[in-house]
Amino acid sequence: MPERVIEVADLRKSYGDVEAVKGISFEVSRGEVFAMLGPNGAGKTTTTEILEGYRQRTGGTVSVLGHDPAKRERALKQRVGIVLQSTGIDPFLSVTETIEMYAGYYPSRRPTGEVIEVVGLAEKKDTRVNKLSGGQQRRLDVGIALAGDPELLFLDEPTTGFDPNARRNAWEVVKNLVAIGKTVFLTTHFMDEAQYLADRVVVIADGLIVAEGPPSSLAGRDQMRTRIRFRLPEGAPQPNGDIRRRDDGSLEVDVDAAAATKVVYDLTGWALYYGVTLESLEITQPTLEDVYLQLTGAEVGT
Amino acid sequence: MNDVALTARQVKYTNTAFWRNPQAAFFTFAFPLMFLVIFTSLLGKGTVTLSSGLEFNQSTYYVAGMSAFAIITACYTNLAISVTFQRDQGILKRTRGTPLPGYDYLAARVTHAMLMAVILVSLCSAFGAIFYSAKIPTGVALLQTIAVVLIGAGSFAALGLAITALIPNAEAAPAVVNATILPLLFISGVFIPIGANAPRWVDVVGRIFPVRHLVDAYLGAYYGQPLFDFSWRDVGVVALWGIAGIIFAARRFSWEPRR
Repeated sequence: MPERVIEVADLRKSYGDVEAVKGISFEVSRGEVFAMLGPNGAGKTTTTEILEGYRQRTGGTVSVLGHDPAKRERALKQRVGIVLQSTGIDPFLSVTETIEMYAGYYPSRRPTGEVIEVVGLAEKKDTRVNKLSGGQQRRLDVGIALAGDPELLFLDEPTTGFDPNARRNAWEVVKNLVAIGKTVFLTTHFMDEAQYLADRVVVIADGLIVAEGPPSSLAGRDQMRTRIRFRLPEGAPQPNGDIRRRDDGSLEVDVDAAAATKVVYDLTGWALYYGVTLESLEITQPTLEDVYLQLTGAEVGT
Repeated sequence: MNDVALTARQVKYTNTAFWRNPQAAFFTFAFPLMFLVIFTSLLGKGTVTLSSGLEFNQSTYYVAGMSAFAIITACYTNLAISVTFQRDQGILKRTRGTPLPGYDYLAARVTHAMLMAVILVSLCSAFGAIFYSAKIPTGVALLQTIAVVLIGAGSFAALGLAITALIPNAEAAPAVVNATILPLLFISGVFIPIGANAPRWVDVVGRIFPVRHLVDAYLGAYYGQPLFDFSWRDVGVVALWGIAGIIFAARRFSWEPRR
């Protein structure tokens, strides 16, 4: 059984009368990328900041690398890297100076040049922080978290506010971290981010975990039905079967994932036989987003 | 690394960043020297009648006044505003997530502010000696002056950290800091000498707060007899305010932005 890096049992946190986290339990194993997915206000940051030691829980037990983070022990902080949701770096130091300053707080550290390379700031190493773009500062955030060669990294919404290109780059950075053996605890509200990066996902909504599993099979996603959609030209014959006609005139059929291959074979065979073109043929699995929206009842794009 | 080494290292980075921030460096360094020149140009030809009845050259007086002002600017005003900005930018919160102990970080900020105060006081003294016939003391008086500068700087730095707990956000920092210090600077003999003719309330109110005692202690140490009495009591009052500042800061200092 893999080593548990984080163990959380029945975690609760109240702010006054408001219960932000209502009893959640999960575990994170060494070497894993674990994503906590949920809409704004679901309790992601509260949970993360309890694990990081910034907040005190109101109930439950938490263990991070064998320590209780609420005690804020130096021995724990030496093994953990934190990327907070909003960045705060001294604007008047250069990239290299910043990494070196933070590295000096830790007993073990990665070579500064290597850290700067991993986060893709080699060309900016002598640039002052206030001359970096927002995306570059965010990467420096990750660099700072890596400076002390931590075993465990907390990334709280690391790509919020990034353009698509910058997000891709950031994802590569995280993939690199995993390649060098780090454990990553990630929060995000982007489905594709969780899908691309995470080995395991928990979906949190209104302070409770509503689903847990690998992104590919989360909430029975792999059991959900495959949808086949196409258009037929004017006057073409209709294929048999349980086919719906949608408002836009396209045709649609939902089948078991296991049966999809045969249905597509039959459908294309039928089309060839009758000399009919299947326009706009699409075969889709339910996306993680479909599952997520179903679970959280959230609006798209939150 | 031990705490001293960590703090010393942090002072170095604080210093690098300080000199690259033109506003901080300018306001901290230029103001006391600028005021010294302005005040002495405008009022320097006059004399102050001290409460002892003796007359004292105003331009010489301002060398001490501006030295006290320099200590307060570097350790109270600049430190409080700068730390509040760092708090609001999330720099303090990030530091809190590293193994660097919080007291090491704050000790570095305080040490750096005190160093700036020492440099500024030295500059004021050099100015005074060259242009305003204010002789730099020697012997016991010099040691007393150094004690006043260090205890004063440390105490005002502690008060600077304490006041951040009462500042809601960085935008409000200059207003809160100036509102708390400017009136005291005027009634404590920093900008205007408190001579024999000053209203009694100014004397009474001024003596409650640490600024007046810092000025009196500095005058006493720097110029000494027969014009001024040096009293450890003044130094003690400043130190007590400093200790109160430390206690308040220890309880109420915030590492996280207040939004």
